[in-house]
Amino acid sequence: MSHDHSHSHGPGAACDHGHAHDDHNSPEYIQKTIKKYMMVGGILFGGTVLTVAMYYVHIPSVAMTIAVALLIATVKAGFVAAVFMHLSDERKMIYGILLCTVFFLVGLMGLTLWAMNDYPFFTLVDGKPA
Amino acid sequence: MEIPYAVKSRPDTGLYNAKLGIWLFLASEVMLFGGLFSAYILLRVSADLWPHGMVSIPVGTFNTFVLIASSVTVVMSWASLKLGRLPAFKGYMAATIACALGFLFVKSFEYHAKFTHYDVWFKDAATAEKYFKAAYGEEKGVEVARKLFVERFHLHNTKATYDANQVQLPGHLEGNPLFATHRSLASAKKETFQFTPDAPFGTHDHPKAIEVKLADVERLSAYVPKHSTYFAIYFTITALHGLHVLGGAIVLAYFLFTADKWWKKNPEQLANRVEVGGLFWHFVDLVWIFLFPIIYLL
Repeated sequence: MSHDHSHSHGPGAACDHGHAHDDHNSPEYIQKTIKKYMMVGGILFGGTVLTVAMYYVHIPSVAMTIAVALLIATVKAGFVAAVFMHLSDERKMIYGILLCTVFFLVGLMGLTLWAMNDYPFFTLVDGKPA
Repeated sequence: MEIPYAVKSRPDTGLYNAKLGIWLFLASEVMLFGGLFSAYILLRVSADLWPHGMVSIPVGTFNTFVLIASSVTVVMSWASLKLGRLPAFKGYMAATIACALGFLFVKSFEYHAKFTHYDVWFKDAATAEKYFKAAYGEEKGVEVARKLFVERFHLHNTKATYDANQVQLPGHLEGNPLFATHRSLASAKKETFQFTPDAPFGTHDHPKAIEVKLADVERLSAYVPKHSTYFAIYFTITALHGLHVLGGAIVLAYFLFTADKWWKKNPEQLANRVEVGGLFWHFVDLVWIFLFPIIYLL
């Protein structure tokens, strides 16, 4: 099979990785990442088991339950993003896009929650919701 | 016409164009699901009553495993292309699509169970108590119905008072119809209907069907979006996620079925297409990683 494993960055392409790194298309590099993929798959399975186990153990504090469940979910999501989605080793442009996304997502969530106890002005009777 | 930068990176971005495109798209997807998540939080925190245990945890856990497995297989399909192994690519991609269909299959069973499961609210407290006794026995009937209510809304830690007007009787209609309503039963000229109440909390008993007069019923609803705020947001978010699974599966299936052609024409471009499709697929998995604990566990 005459499959060309040439560098997909292309000749003369700007590569903003400051460090000297393996060729991302070399079979050795891919073999190494496959091991990582399997490990992350294992972590995700383990994380799911942990989340469900936590439900059956039943933590008395509701706030604690929510915090632990979301922490595990965030760690799992972090592994998916960093390894499966190759974010641990990406171009600056994508980090820039994601930085904007985080900014707007935090704004969206924050503004919504900030307005949680707001009531439309004309529905108030003596300053309290009718 | 040759599409520029389908394989080579653009000098200014350092990326092939499709990768930049998919990340911009995923950024918009984050906002879409983010809006729904914040709506969920707002609705839940400001609700007087929020039900628990309405969905099956083992089923949700199974589907979580299915999606995680599909994330591993889709990234392996890309790695196989990079290693020049076309048959391995096909195997992994087929496995990914099988996982997607498996997820949707299980989800459709979950939905069907909801669409045929009903709550009945009665006209007044006295009428409600009459039916609770008919369902669960003269002596314990009211207590069993109250217990179902308390456990559904996790009221054991609160001082919420029992209000028979609010308490619904959950169960199944005769013939397991989909989406039946008070109006649809009335227009079918039914004056009474057979109703099999759910088992008392924490048991697997099979209460006998009771006969309910339509005139005694205030409201009757299957577990559909209009049933309650809970089901409205549950179906909105999970159905949108389900559509993403379906859309992803269609695109990945297209890559699988046109793989031979692209492998001959431009294997590097095929690998890039699969990488971009995979990025979308991982995002769908990532959304589920948050949905699962929020919907099923908390």
